[in-house]
Amino acid sequence: MAALRRTPPALVAGKYAAIAAYVAFALFPLYWLLKIALTPDALIFSDGTALWPSELTLDNFRTVIFQSDFMAYFRNSVIVSLSTAAATTLIAAAAGYAFSRFAFRGKRWVVALMLLTQMFPLLMIIAPIYKLVAAIGLLNSLTSLIVVYTAFNIPFATFLMQSFFDGIPRDLEEAAMIDGCTRLQALRVVILPLTLPGLGATLGFVFTAAWSELLFALMLINSNDAMTFPVGLLTFVSKFSVDWGQMMAAGVLALVPSCLFFLFIQRYLVQGLTSGAVKG
Amino acid sequence: MSATHAEHAPGMPRARLARAWLRYAVEPYLYLSPALLLICFVMLIPLAIGISYAFQSINLLRPFDAGFVGLENFETLVGDGRFWTAMSNTFWWTFGSVTLQFGLGLGLALLLSTQFHGKRLVQALVFLPWAVPTFLIALTWSWLFNPVIGPLPHWAAALGLLSEPYNILGDPDTALWGPILANVWYGVPFFAITLLAALQSIPSELYEAAEIDGASRWQCFTKITLPFLGPMIAITVMLRAIWIANFADLIYVMTGGGPANSTQILATYVFTTAFRKLDFGYASAIAVALLGVLMVYAVILLVVREKLVRV
Amino acid sequence: MAGMELRALRKSYGGLEVLHDIELSIADGEFVVLVGPSGCGKSTLLRMIAGLEPITGGEFRIGGRRMNEVPPRDRDIAMVFQSYALYPHMSVARNMGFSMEIRRRPAAEREGPVAAAARTLGLDRLLERFPKALSGGQRQRVAMGRAIVRDPQAFLFDEPLSNLDAALRVEMRLEIARLHQRLGTTTVYVTHDQVEAMTLADRIVVMNGGVIQQVGTPLELYDRPANRFVAQFIGSPTMNLLDLAADAAGLRLGNGATLPGPGSAAQLGIRPEHLELVSAEEGEIAAQAQVIERLGSDTNVFTEAEGIGLLLARVHGNVDLRPGDRVGLRLMRDRIHLFDAEGARLPTAH
Repeated sequence: MAALRRTPPALVAGKYAAIAAYVAFALFPLYWLLKIALTPDALIFSDGTALWPSELTLDNFRTVIFQSDFMAYFRNSVIVSLSTAAATTLIAAAAGYAFSRFAFRGKRWVVALMLLTQMFPLLMIIAPIYKLVAAIGLLNSLTSLIVVYTAFNIPFATFLMQSFFDGIPRDLEEAAMIDGCTRLQALRVVILPLTLPGLGATLGFVFTAAWSELLFALMLINSNDAMTFPVGLLTFVSKFSVDWGQMMAAGVLALVPSCLFFLFIQRYLVQGLTSGAVKG
Repeated sequence: MSATHAEHAPGMPRARLARAWLRYAVEPYLYLSPALLLICFVMLIPLAIGISYAFQSINLLRPFDAGFVGLENFETLVGDGRFWTAMSNTFWWTFGSVTLQFGLGLGLALLLSTQFHGKRLVQALVFLPWAVPTFLIALTWSWLFNPVIGPLPHWAAALGLLSEPYNILGDPDTALWGPILANVWYGVPFFAITLLAALQSIPSELYEAAEIDGASRWQCFTKITLPFLGPMIAITVMLRAIWIANFADLIYVMTGGGPANSTQILATYVFTTAFRKLDFGYASAIAVALLGVLMVYAVILLVVREKLVRV
Repeated sequence: MAGMELRALRKSYGGLEVLHDIELSIADGEFVVLVGPSGCGKSTLLRMIAGLEPITGGEFRIGGRRMNEVPPRDRDIAMVFQSYALYPHMSVARNMGFSMEIRRRPAAEREGPVAAAARTLGLDRLLERFPKALSGGQRQRVAMGRAIVRDPQAFLFDEPLSNLDAALRVEMRLEIARLHQRLGTTTVYVTHDQVEAMTLADRIVVMNGGVIQQVGTPLELYDRPANRFVAQFIGSPTMNLLDLAADAAGLRLGNGATLPGPGSAAQLGIRPEHLELVSAEEGEIAAQAQVIERLGSDTNVFTEAEGIGLLLARVHGNVDLRPGDRVGLRLMRDRIHLFDAEGARLPTAH
């Protein structure tokens, strides 16, 4: 619509200034994290709050990777997040398919139930979960985290998968069934290939969510061997709160998987968040 | 429903009937069952147990003093000054975060709905905070507020906002601003993405028609954009407010509720009571109170929604 | 190939019955068109034939075999969807050979039938393309190719031409007619377009409100519609309807003219092409021309007749008339249709 309407130059300049401000606001904290991580220990206080470090070093990363438990935390987090993402996506895909393709008795109630789980404070169940997990002897195990995270993420992932399935015309499945497929064959040969991007996006969302969960992990894990990255980093911070360079180097490492997934799912963000926003 | 009608069909053998019933009534539940089972066992049953804890004395540090105590936890709650502080903090935390997130998010969405050079890159960069794990956001911002390592106190002092570069997280009067700022940084992309999607759903013919009718740019915004987005904005904001009220990670990591409970919200109070004091009974009572507040809020939300839909 | 039998077929959703006691026999090799306004149940009926909707009551047979509980894949039928339903992630060749692929026929065996169908439909050069790179007409051909390759007992078409532009629609209509002449496969075709129905069908089934209104050849429906609904639905432009009062002399038109007929109140139907346009003095009905549409081959004259209302006359060629001119109209006596108050056909006098 702006094609014919001339925008005053002052407004254009203002617009670009605003965009630059947003970009700076979004990037500055991450830049600072990286900056401190790359500053040699000896210079942290003298460089202090200067915008550029006067010298760069990878020492902090080296220490974190080779001389600390962070790689073990990192591995635990990868195991938990990947397993959660895989299990959730599989289960949510089945549930989303049922929502998208069947009109069945009780559907309203099931949807309401799933919405309910999105509304109540999750912290309400932190004590019962702790007692239940303790009762079956799964404290300090990654399995308990995977099961809990999977359940937490299923409702949102289900609505997300449903919106992807809804985008695939029903006619395609029916054509496949007339062409000789059973429902499962139609699902495998026709629907699954078309919903791969949706599966990928769901995987990404759930992975990111599981990667950053802190409070339940704090409650359920206290042995060093089973700590996930957030728990490990927080424990490290409260014990050795002066090792700035190393902490931030660890922080940068924690950022890597999320950012990789972010790049991968960025295309689907709008779709995912809107379906989440509308449905809960 | 198909099955009940099939019963009247003459000459339909029982086996076929059973199979038809299986197909139309049971099949969807087959696909849903893993999801439903997990949700039941990990969320709904613990939820019920959690509510029952609110009426019990369950403190892992005093294992022999357990049992039902009726409303005792709630009586303690009413007399607990921290609880009431947490209640008002919850309000300010939620209100401050949502207002700033929404305002900045709307601005960003409007910017991104125009054309400019490098838009794809800008969009990827400004949405990046949304992908940063919350514990890392909390740590990064608490470092930024630390005068030893972070620039923010020095800048604020240079601008005259602070008398000297000190850590605002350590001052009860200003501490809540720390987590709110971190939360704004984290939440702006969410609002921007949601609003951008909504903006793009407005048919461009509407703007063209308004332009032909002689509307100015500002009029286009107030007469078309806002009314069109209104209901969706209201619902998103209200749902987001519930989510933020429950969002304890940032505050827990940045201040742990301190100093002197000045940043304690109900959600963090639940967590610290359960995690540090291991007093599950009292923690659950606070959680039930939080749930009550949210339910009152949800009722208001539903009424407002009804109104909006009718318009 | 095989015929079909629909016996007292019913369909309901929850408590709502949408198809009532459908009785229809379709002969082997016949081209039957289901036609009716949207929501009349024609598509639901087709989907029941395909096996995509469960049958609530009654019986459905193909080639004498009961099909009610047979899943679509075992009914040996092919269907062309309104949206074409081409698999977007498969090439044209794979789309067309998909039914054989599912039945585990080796790739070498699949090539022959696919190539033959592609030749028939002029798709030879498009076999490696993907659906998104095809035009609407080409997609339509691929959808038909997918059906032909199957060599099924019956073809089902669900409004296959409604997504095409007017010129392409005529072309594809011809293609479908040719195809049926060549293959002679039993075909059930759903449309809401009565021109498609008239041009393609051996027999037309007119449906309304979940009930079959009439079954017959196109000309039977045109000449002897069973009721007012069929009369108005078939034929373009729509038939004129005149309210009649009955008295001892017979049926009385609004302006005083009388017709012999049954002694009860009724409606008279006359198609625009069966109204003769004559001079004001000669006519049975005096009227005033209001709008004149000149189509070249024909002319539609919309007239206002006193005491009767709007009447449309369709005249061959051109006429020298201007809006406002007074004209006379004469009813071709052997082309009159009479309907009772419920809309059922009444016998005419001639």
